[in-house]
Amino acid sequence: MSNEKVKEPFMHITKRADISRGKSWLIRIASILVALVFCAVIIVLLTGENPLSVYITMFKGAVGTTRRIWSLLQNVAMLLCVSLAVTPAFRMKFWNIGAEGQVLIGGLATTACMILLGNKLPTPVLMIVIFVSSIVAGAIWALIPAIFKAIWNTNETLFTLMMNYIAMQIVSYFAYVWSVPKGSGAIGVINPNTQAGWFPSVLNQKYLLNIVIVAVLTVIVYIYLKYSKHGYEIAVVGESENTAKYIGINVKKVIIRTMLVSGALCGIAGILLVSGTDHTLTKDTAAGRGFTAIIVSWLAKFNPIYMVLTSLLIVFLQKGAVEISSKFELNDSFSDIITGIIIFFIIGSEFFINYKLNFNKKGENK
Amino acid sequence: MLVQFIHRAVMQGIPLLYGSTGEIITEKSGNLNLGIPGIMYVGGISGVIGAFLYENSLADKSQANAFLAIFIPLIACLLGSLIMGLIYSFLTTTLRANQNVTGLALTTFGIGFGNFFGGSLIKITNSAVPSITLTVTSSFYSKTLPFASKLGWFGDVFLRYSFLAYFAIITAIVVTLILNRTRIGLSLRAVGENPATADAAGINVNKYKYLATCIGSMIAGLGGLYYVMDYATGIWSNNAFGDRGWLAIALVIFTVWRPNLSIFGSILFGGLYIVHNYLNDIVPNMTMSKQEIIKIAPYLVTIIVLIIVSARKKRENLPPASLGLSYFREER
Repeated sequence: MSNEKVKEPFMHITKRADISRGKSWLIRIASILVALVFCAVIIVLLTGENPLSVYITMFKGAVGTTRRIWSLLQNVAMLLCVSLAVTPAFRMKFWNIGAEGQVLIGGLATTACMILLGNKLPTPVLMIVIFVSSIVAGAIWALIPAIFKAIWNTNETLFTLMMNYIAMQIVSYFAYVWSVPKGSGAIGVINPNTQAGWFPSVLNQKYLLNIVIVAVLTVIVYIYLKYSKHGYEIAVVGESENTAKYIGINVKKVIIRTMLVSGALCGIAGILLVSGTDHTLTKDTAAGRGFTAIIVSWLAKFNPIYMVLTSLLIVFLQKGAVEISSKFELNDSFSDIITGIIIFFIIGSEFFINYKLNFNKKGENK
Repeated sequence: MLVQFIHRAVMQGIPLLYGSTGEIITEKSGNLNLGIPGIMYVGGISGVIGAFLYENSLADKSQANAFLAIFIPLIACLLGSLIMGLIYSFLTTTLRANQNVTGLALTTFGIGFGNFFGGSLIKITNSAVPSITLTVTSSFYSKTLPFASKLGWFGDVFLRYSFLAYFAIITAIVVTLILNRTRIGLSLRAVGENPATADAAGINVNKYKYLATCIGSMIAGLGGLYYVMDYATGIWSNNAFGDRGWLAIALVIFTVWRPNLSIFGSILFGGLYIVHNYLNDIVPNMTMSKQEIIKIAPYLVTIIVLIIVSARKKRENLPPASLGLSYFREER
């Protein structure tokens, strides 16, 4: 901040002791509105269209038809599931940015079960094998960095980041091994005729089961973090490792256990994406959700219930922006720009929630 | 063939060297900028836009002025990546936002920005292939010493590169000297290790964080420019830059925050990145699937280095102590 020795700084910043929930959400909503106005200016400059009609297009693109609403909900569920997965680790201030890789490895285990065991086991047994193996796979992928963090305090952000690319290459490898037709490097839809290992349609909605599973998970994670002893230990370790040690919490154990939970949830996300949605696997199956989930979780202050809102917001923006770009013949990547700008504004607004600007009156001596 | 492999490995390594040098400066100030991949995209596309505007303003493309053809894209590239650095600094330093979240958002934004303007330019040119070709500008950027190709393998390995490649190596050496031998470098490292102490010693923490991040971004942006103008011979196609930005961040760890080591590290990584293309002739039964496994190498090597460094706990090899944390003077 301003460091002049002669002049008195015209303002100073203090940390807010507390802010009412209403006021903090008011600031967030205001920041989104400002961001939308800012984006409108850019859209007008690029397309010359009336910004209002652009936003109507966006709205229609996201929730215009029943099919689109289902697709929106499905995408929200997937993003929410990954966000739930990263949250326990984040609460502990363990920056797991490896969700992308953990989801992929979970998905890979699902794919392996579907291809190798698909038509050999009865459906209930197959589903159990899929769930167990994928959850274990995701958990192991998260366990590796956690162990090194616990033993040698190895930087987890960088470690988990690298694990993503290893997972992607392993998936690419298997994409060649299992490719149909051979050598094409793409697995294609698995078991298209028997649909072995596919999630069944519930009430004629093929995504409903995914959405229900994620809804249940949301509640479980919320209770786990808020009311369980584990959740309390995670919060203490996140606040201060020394305090945790002092009151007799085994910090290493908590780190490893929490990352196992994180990885297991990522494994579930992998199942939902492969068994429940795509019925195939590519190295883009996670589609950047591992990274977007970090933003979702952080925006929601690591609260699983708020995450429903923040993941809805992000998916809504993405879907809407895709519609804008196709209607006004802009490039698809336009949605990334819009999403990026809006996230910048929301990130910036957190400052005004956490801190207060105090303007000093001239000549007033403190 | 070995000579050709080394030559390509160096060219592959130069963007990584720019990216990692930029990220090292940034991280030394305590800012973990995960936006580097996005910044390199923006650096590349800004250069492309500059070159595109310049080439299209010419009536006759053979009359292109060498100075302007180099200068305009260069300035555009630096400006584009500077703006990205400013966004990151403003959000993390002034507004104290979370660095991981800001960096990842910056990467989303940057890659989107690159592909959007790339796609738009492709549409303007009505080209049949999904890419923009800027051969005129590129011919100036990829100029090498005239006698280099006559010196056999020596020329191929050491001399047959463009000026941006040598500039990358010079930058890495200069940055190393500044970090280790000057007062500015000492202050910068102090800011990254312990901003509160640095502040107490009279160092303007925010100024250092801003400057380090912005200069780092501009250097990283040059990596994008080099990639398009020299490596890709002036052809921009969307997503062609790939995951090189993340590899640059891996390189920072691999070289334990030392730009001078990064010179060799980048060539090694560059080699690992393309080695699968060359193994076909040596290893029998080199299938596509095996190539994918070989591509793991740079990431795996990085993890091993990260583990060894953290296990040995030698002070000078550890990441800056306050890496990833925002600094607020009144909060201690």
